[in-house]
Amino acid sequence: MSALAVGEDGARHHVVVVRVENKAGVLARIAGLFSRRGFNIFSLAVAPTHDPRFSRISVVVDLESTRLDQVLAQLEKLVNVVEIRELHPADATEAELCLVTVRAPGTRPSLDGALAAAGARVVEDAGETLTAVLAGAPLELDAFEAALARFDIVELQRTGRVALPKLAPALRGAD
Amino acid sequence: MELTGAQALIKSLEAQGVEVVFGLPGGAILPVYDPIIDSSIRHVLVRHEQGAGHAAEGYAQVTGRAGVAMVTSGPGATNIVTALANAMMDSTPLVVVTGQVATTAIGTDAFQEVDTTGITMGVTKHNWLVTDPADIAQVVAEAFHVATTGRPGPVLIDFPKDVANARVAYEEPGPVELPGYRPPAAADPAAVEAAARLVLEAERPVVYAGGGLVKAGAAEALRAFVELTGIPVVSTLMARGVLDEADERFLGMPGMHGSYTAVTALQRADLLLAFGARFDDRVTGRLDAFAPAAKVVHVEVDRAEIDKVRRADVAVHADARAALEALTAALRRLGGSELPGASRRRLGPWMGQLNEWKERFPLTYEREGDGAAPAAGTVKPQQVVEELRRLTPDDTVLVSGVGQHQMWAAQFWQFRHPRQWVNSGGLGTMGFAVPAAVGAKVGRPDAMVWAVDGDGCFQMTAQELVTASAERIPVKVAILNNAYLGMVRQWQHMFYEERYSEVYLSPNLPDYVGWAEAMGCVGLRVSSPEEVAPAIEKANDIDDRPVVIDFRTDSMEQVFPMVPAGASNDDIVVHPSQSGLGR
Ligand SMILES: Cc1ncc(C[n+]2csc(CCOP(=O)(O)OP(=O)(O)O)c2C)c(N)n1
Ligand SMILES: [Mg+2]
Repeated sequence: MSALAVGEDGARHHVVVVRVENKAGVLARIAGLFSRRGFNIFSLAVAPTHDPRFSRISVVVDLESTRLDQVLAQLEKLVNVVEIRELHPADATEAELCLVTVRAPGTRPSLDGALAAAGARVVEDAGETLTAVLAGAPLELDAFEAALARFDIVELQRTGRVALPKLAPALRGAD
Repeated sequence: MELTGAQALIKSLEAQGVEVVFGLPGGAILPVYDPIIDSSIRHVLVRHEQGAGHAAEGYAQVTGRAGVAMVTSGPGATNIVTALANAMMDSTPLVVVTGQVATTAIGTDAFQEVDTTGITMGVTKHNWLVTDPADIAQVVAEAFHVATTGRPGPVLIDFPKDVANARVAYEEPGPVELPGYRPPAAADPAAVEAAARLVLEAERPVVYAGGGLVKAGAAEALRAFVELTGIPVVSTLMARGVLDEADERFLGMPGMHGSYTAVTALQRADLLLAFGARFDDRVTGRLDAFAPAAKVVHVEVDRAEIDKVRRADVAVHADARAALEALTAALRRLGGSELPGASRRRLGPWMGQLNEWKERFPLTYEREGDGAAPAAGTVKPQQVVEELRRLTPDDTVLVSGVGQHQMWAAQFWQFRHPRQWVNSGGLGTMGFAVPAAVGAKVGRPDAMVWAVDGDGCFQMTAQELVTASAERIPVKVAILNNAYLGMVRQWQHMFYEERYSEVYLSPNLPDYVGWAEAMGCVGLRVSSPEEVAPAIEKANDIDDRPVVIDFRTDSMEQVFPMVPAGASNDDIVVHPSQSGLGR
């Protein structure tokens, strides 16, 4: 699933970042809209913003099957949706987090190597089994998943991506 | 001022200018029914909550104001879901208040608890669950604002019993501030000018007038546009009457059962002026074959409708009335003083073609005295509608159910004004007519209100005639009793080799006259053509109670023209008597 979301050219999805009023049922309204209109999404991540009156929802929309203009226009009609930003992958800084529990009976050294190579951090270590965390760009997480495939993955959980617009050149400074 | 939450709710409704509420009480909404006794608001006690919803819709459709309904939690709320969905599809402003179990009991499967806001999320423009009594006045103000502005629609306020019983310091609501709700501002002048240029270049333009024009109060703006440009108009099922249909530039209704001229005008047009219309599949037929040569100007208040179905060459995202006024003004400026005359000359060949179609393919049926007269003694449903139209005042409000009778009512009635035609367009809800007629009559007590209903539809909501009798709301109902779920029968006739499955209803069971009388109405029966007019005249003279006429109509009659589902509008099937006429 995640591999598809990125695709070779990285352009088969867009991230739609929706700022919503922090009111009861808002997530249900968004999810309900997507299912009612038959919009396909890869992932959805939600959390309050620095301003507690609002939450930000990052939705990764599958552009193969879903018309982005309709997604934006229909979302905009929801009364609790305050602002929508649509981010082409090229214009977005995207990040995602992955938690993984791996059993490595007898293969611990090579697992440690794989974790280190990816820059993952071990957060719980029970010897044969450990849980590691990696945060990064979705593509890095895809590569990490692939690297772990030869081990015994007990459970793996990704958050779905969140995104912010890339800084404009002016803000980026000397670059 | 300290009030109970219930009192604050009623006071808030009064502050919105609400004059009538359609409803039915129950446990969770009980506290709110007490202050209704002391309120200036009229309450109409329905016999089923679906009826409350449709009555509020009928009221809203004829008045243009929000219709208000109030019901209890659980089954009261679920019973009104159909009406919410209907209002959502037809953009009818409704405010529905539902009782809810106490906030402390929510989520416990308490008696008569359902997740009302969850269930109705997809069929309302917005809904609110009130959890703090201090919010009541503000929520009511927001609800009316959302229901009636932009693209109108139904909203729902879920009102828990403990909130109703709480004591609250009532304060007038402040201005409505919804950061995520912004109906469009004025039309973009550049878009308006681009639209005007297309109008000035077009040789075969048609106005495709939709229900949004009625909602926006744009009838006068449309008339001014048509006067200036001479461009002919088709009016959709939801827009009927928005242009005076006696006007020579009115081409009829487009769509699956539209007139040949209206359907074909859209097909051959080089410019569609879609004003407050949404390219519904019942209008477009097969989409990739719809109006293939036409450029599209789309004037629409709901941005999500623009490019949803058909790409617009010029989109004007604005209130339809403001946009039309701006467009007419731009045309005056760009077209100069020559405009009316010049455009009439340019449109001459097109108008000639349209008039030829009008003459060759009028709406028709086997009329008494025609070459193709009906079998002796059979009442044609179209005759009933024509006679009704002839014998009723021009400002009569016509309401219909859903089925063949609806299409005949729409085809054979000439509307002179907007808001005279009340029907269920987008959802196609059988049973709409009787309760909607009740609501329409409450909204327009001065006007005669007739419902043309089907025998199948009538059986779904007839009990609201008890409401009408009890509340002295003298509506009139013409049942076109063809003993069938006729529209379904027509499809089985045409597309299922006449294999009739579960569509027969019987003309005598129930006994509609006896039933009408049991509900406090006058009941009449008509079984032959010569009885049609006298029965209508008799009904027109009765003004102290509802009247029901059981018209025994021809079971075999079919609605023509018809564009079969999924077919191109070019494949319109005309009445058999016209099918040899070539095109
Ligand atoms: C609530 C509901 N159920 C089913 C239908 C499908 N349907 C559309 S028209 C129709 C027949 C209506 O019968 P009647 O009221 O007798 O009208 P007629 O077509 O005979 O004029 C049916 C069953 C519907 N539109 N609404
Ligand atoms: Mg019938």
